[in-house]
Amino acid sequence: MSLVDQLTEKPWLTEGCEVEGCVGEAPLDLRAPHLGLKVLLGVASALFMLVVVAYAYRMTFGDWQPMHQPWLLWVNTLILVLGSWGMHRAWGGAYSGQLGVLKSGMVLGGGCAVVFLGGQLLVWKELVSQGFFASYGVSVAFFYVVTALHAAHVFGGLIAWYRASLKIWRDDDIDNVRITVELCATYWHFLLCMWIILFGLLLLT
Amino acid sequence: MAIVDSPVVQDIPAAEVPDPNEDLYHAKSWVTKYLFCQDAKVIAIQYSCTALGIGLLGLVLSWVMRLQLGFPEVFSFIEPAHYYQFITMHGMIMVIYLLTALFLGGFGNYLIPLMLGARDMVFPYVNMLSYWVYLLAVLVLIASFFVPGGPTGAGWTLYPPQAILSGTPGSDGGIILMLVSLSLFIVGFTMGGLNYVVTVLQARTRGMTLMRMPLTIWGIFTATVHALLAFPALFVGAIMMTLDRLLETSFFMPVISEMGEILSYEGGSPLLFQHLFWFFGHPEVYIVALPAFGIVSDLLSVHARRHVFGYRMMVWAIVIIGALSFIVWAHHMYVSGMNPWFGFFFATTTLIIAVPTALKVYNWTLTLWRANIRLTLPMLFGLAFIITFVNGGITGLFLGNVAIDVPLSDTLFVVAHFHMVMGIAPILVVFGAIYHWYPLMTGRMLDEGLGKFHFWVTFLGSYIIYLPMHYLGFIGVPRRYFEMGETTFIPESAQDLNAFMTIVTLIVGFAQLVFLYNLITSRKNGVEAGPNPWKATSLEWQTAKTPPEHGNFGKTLPVVYRWAYAYGLPNAAQDFVPQNLPPELVATHVGNQVPDTDGES
Amino acid sequence: MIVAYAILLVGIGTVVFHFVSPWWWTPIASNWGFIDDVIIITFWVTGVVFVAVVLFMAYCVYRFRYKEGQRAEYNPESKKLEIWLSVLTSVGVAIMLAPGLWAWDEFVTVPEGTAEFEVLGQQWSWMYRFPGKDGKLGKSSTKLIDDDNPFGLDPKDPNGQDDVLIEDSELHLPLNKPVKVLLRSVDVLHDFYVPELRAKMDMVPGAVTYLWFEPIRVGTFDILCFELCGTGHYDMRGSLVIEEADAFNEWFEAQSTFAETLARISPEGEIEHKIAANAAENSF
Ligand code: HEM
Ligand SMILES: [Cu+2]
Ligand SMILES: [Cu+2]
Repeated sequence: MSLVDQLTEKPWLTEGCEVEGCVGEAPLDLRAPHLGLKVLLGVASALFMLVVVAYAYRMTFGDWQPMHQPWLLWVNTLILVLGSWGMHRAWGGAYSGQLGVLKSGMVLGGGCAVVFLGGQLLVWKELVSQGFFASYGVSVAFFYVVTALHAAHVFGGLIAWYRASLKIWRDDDIDNVRITVELCATYWHFLLCMWIILFGLLLLT
Repeated sequence: MAIVDSPVVQDIPAAEVPDPNEDLYHAKSWVTKYLFCQDAKVIAIQYSCTALGIGLLGLVLSWVMRLQLGFPEVFSFIEPAHYYQFITMHGMIMVIYLLTALFLGGFGNYLIPLMLGARDMVFPYVNMLSYWVYLLAVLVLIASFFVPGGPTGAGWTLYPPQAILSGTPGSDGGIILMLVSLSLFIVGFTMGGLNYVVTVLQARTRGMTLMRMPLTIWGIFTATVHALLAFPALFVGAIMMTLDRLLETSFFMPVISEMGEILSYEGGSPLLFQHLFWFFGHPEVYIVALPAFGIVSDLLSVHARRHVFGYRMMVWAIVIIGALSFIVWAHHMYVSGMNPWFGFFFATTTLIIAVPTALKVYNWTLTLWRANIRLTLPMLFGLAFIITFVNGGITGLFLGNVAIDVPLSDTLFVVAHFHMVMGIAPILVVFGAIYHWYPLMTGRMLDEGLGKFHFWVTFLGSYIIYLPMHYLGFIGVPRRYFEMGETTFIPESAQDLNAFMTIVTLIVGFAQLVFLYNLITSRKNGVEAGPNPWKATSLEWQTAKTPPEHGNFGKTLPVVYRWAYAYGLPNAAQDFVPQNLPPELVATHVGNQVPDTDGES
Repeated sequence: MIVAYAILLVGIGTVVFHFVSPWWWTPIASNWGFIDDVIIITFWVTGVVFVAVVLFMAYCVYRFRYKEGQRAEYNPESKKLEIWLSVLTSVGVAIMLAPGLWAWDEFVTVPEGTAEFEVLGQQWSWMYRFPGKDGKLGKSSTKLIDDDNPFGLDPKDPNGQDDVLIEDSELHLPLNKPVKVLLRSVDVLHDFYVPELRAKMDMVPGAVTYLWFEPIRVGTFDILCFELCGTGHYDMRGSLVIEEADAFNEWFEAQSTFAETLARISPEGEIEHKIAANAAENSF
């Protein structure tokens, strides 16, 4: 039953519990953790999009000076891609039951995320050492805000990743982590996409 | 990016837990039972008590403000800076920390699982965290009263540049703590909101189709979706303003010559903040209003013993209002200096919203048509809500119509408008809802006599405070004025009116204390309610015990056979048919609750 | 029963209060009477709805009060009724919106050739600047502001030399001459409002906003700040004197120009900027 049908149903005309569209039959095909993640990603997208819009708006003002992007960001982007690939492998491993693949994927995914965070920190240090403080100009300030927000999301992902890893290495238990790994992978892909959008924005302006 | 469907995941929905003792989190000690409890009902009560507590502070602040307005120069301890700090804190507390928290954290947590026939929220642990982060936000807010310079006095809109410059009280620590507290609130809310949305979509019991959900759920659900999408705007604004204040960035700060000194800011845009703020702020109005819409529909229906009229229209209107409210934000900025051409667009969208809103009002009143109206306390509050809301909605049509907003913006007309529509009206629903669900939460009724006193004083009192206030706005009396002083255009009588409003405020305030007394003493002394005292159809009254225990329902979850508004069904044995009453029993069953088919209870 | 009467009383009381209220808008002193008219239209449209809803409620509460054994009518929706109500409401909305948008169009479209002057807001006082006989306001920048140059005028801009500066909160304007008011703030948001003019606009630091009006009544009116701008917000007042052209010219000529103030500060320097002081002439 489509959403429109569900929302135009005349509820006073139907009686009984075997009606279409009730959760008993899982018609929405949404499972709680997956749906939870989707909602979370929706909120995060709203957050990043608002930053992008604010960025674009603020750009139109006279004092805007484009900022040179450190080359290190390219490396970090690559690391993030690698991490995403690693998590994808872990996901595959979790579903095909290959513990080895799962473990190596998890190590790669989590490791890359950690390295990425370190890399971003290096970028910050480099900028600061060149005298680009946040008060230097608003494009620089935006750079710090954008990267910090993104890094905070990566860090949040690492918490979930850590909890899944504990279960994997402690109990060798694939069944219980399957969904967590799947969600982590989705989240990694999401953060990669977000980063590419944000990085693209920073590069182009 | 799509989540690939996996063959392994079972399709058993979360609600179908066979044995509550097996799968549900269970409290092990006093600490986990009452303090760090993961039961949505306990979290709801924690949220409600905290919100009402901080709301009491907001109320007391309003008395002080009214004393100053009613009797200027009498209370010398109220200085201008204090006044601005009080209005700011009052506004912020009422809107965010009281109403948003109470409707979503309080009523949302309590009612969503119960009304949908679920045992709990889907992520109880995150839900528990949500409350503690909220509490932290409240504590940070309170802490701002004690830092040097006191809390911020920038107005609840927190507009830069003034919010972070020294000409505004609390620009040292106060504003920072305010921004931190708001950010915490948003984080905490997001945790809770995730739960509400997913629970509604995922954990409904068998037979509970979307269109069988009570309107309360629709209101809370839509408001939550709203809040999840709108709060990030405030979050972004808060981060940038914090940086402007602490690191002297120039997101919002242009070149400024403050008291003869040129500051280091350059080129920022104050209007950017206003856009961000109102992109959150307007939906915020509906975050408060939509749950109130939903709840009041149910109060009216139960106590008028009649179905909600035009249920489908009510649902669609909630959803349409929700969607439209994201494209009207700049009606708060008609005279902000933004591009004037925006005015045409935003005035049009704003007035279009009036149509679904008006339809809701019509349907509430049509619910009363040929009904069987019991004038219980929830009913009285529901009726008072309609009047107050219509009044406040009407003045919204003035302010939304861009040209009229030119003379009226930032006058007391605005203050009167938003108090009617998002202050008094939702609060009346809160009271109605408390009288309605208190028996479920505690097993006892609130005292009717005290309740009647509370009702009449609150409703009539606030109406006669705010109705004349519009007319002061017409004269041109500005809002956020510590005192009017000498003017050529305000008649003497306006001051008499102000004094009168202050006295009424204090009387209304007293009635709230009576209400509080009622809340506390009825827990012990109230009349025993018994199961489903209002003879309502919805599932929260069909729990095994009243008040419901952990796990909400008995061994099996209720199964839903019909919508929540089967009142006055012609061929039924009584004038209401619970949602979970099997069809074959409709013609014969008499009693407040559906007999448990397992013989358990 | 009591409840029905109470509802009735609230409804009737509201309407009666509206008509007998001694508190109403100030007599208008500008050309924006049309805004007042739109308000009246809105009052009628919304008033009818308010009265209808309240009366209907009072009737229902009285007529359909609880009786043991009585059953409510079961009639979940009526498409026809809902369509009718939607259409009627939409018509009502259109009746209010159309004149509102028209008035806004007038408000934001300044007629060609309208004379300009500037209002400068700062915590917590007002200042004003008129163009000199060249009819042009000189360039200004917040960065140039200091004790000697409170407007931040560019001393090198010839257009600014004859600008007439009024470092006082009293403003004079001639009757029946439309004016465009340029609004500038040096520190925080302010808002220039005179209740009798019905026209207000925020002043935003870093930008110049505007409004326009035509004074149509002689008198002295209060200027108030209408945007919370700090502790002294409530005390940020000025006064507006609208007077006949002669009286205005007399006042205007008594004011000094930018060149004059510069000369007063450094009498021997910057000869090239000293444009004859008596050139200050009324450009209105
Ligand atoms: C009977 C109870 C209340 C009284 C007597 C009261 C009184 C006041 C007063 C005197 C002001 C300041 C007006 C001014 O000078 O601008 C104010 C502002 C405000 N109130 Fe209330 N209020 C009450 C309840 C509420 C409630 C329930 C809300 C919830 C929405 C609320 C929200 C606000 C807001 C948002 C402001 C604006 C603050 C600002 O200007 O920054 N008030 N109230
Ligand atoms: Cu709004
Ligand atoms: Cu001000």
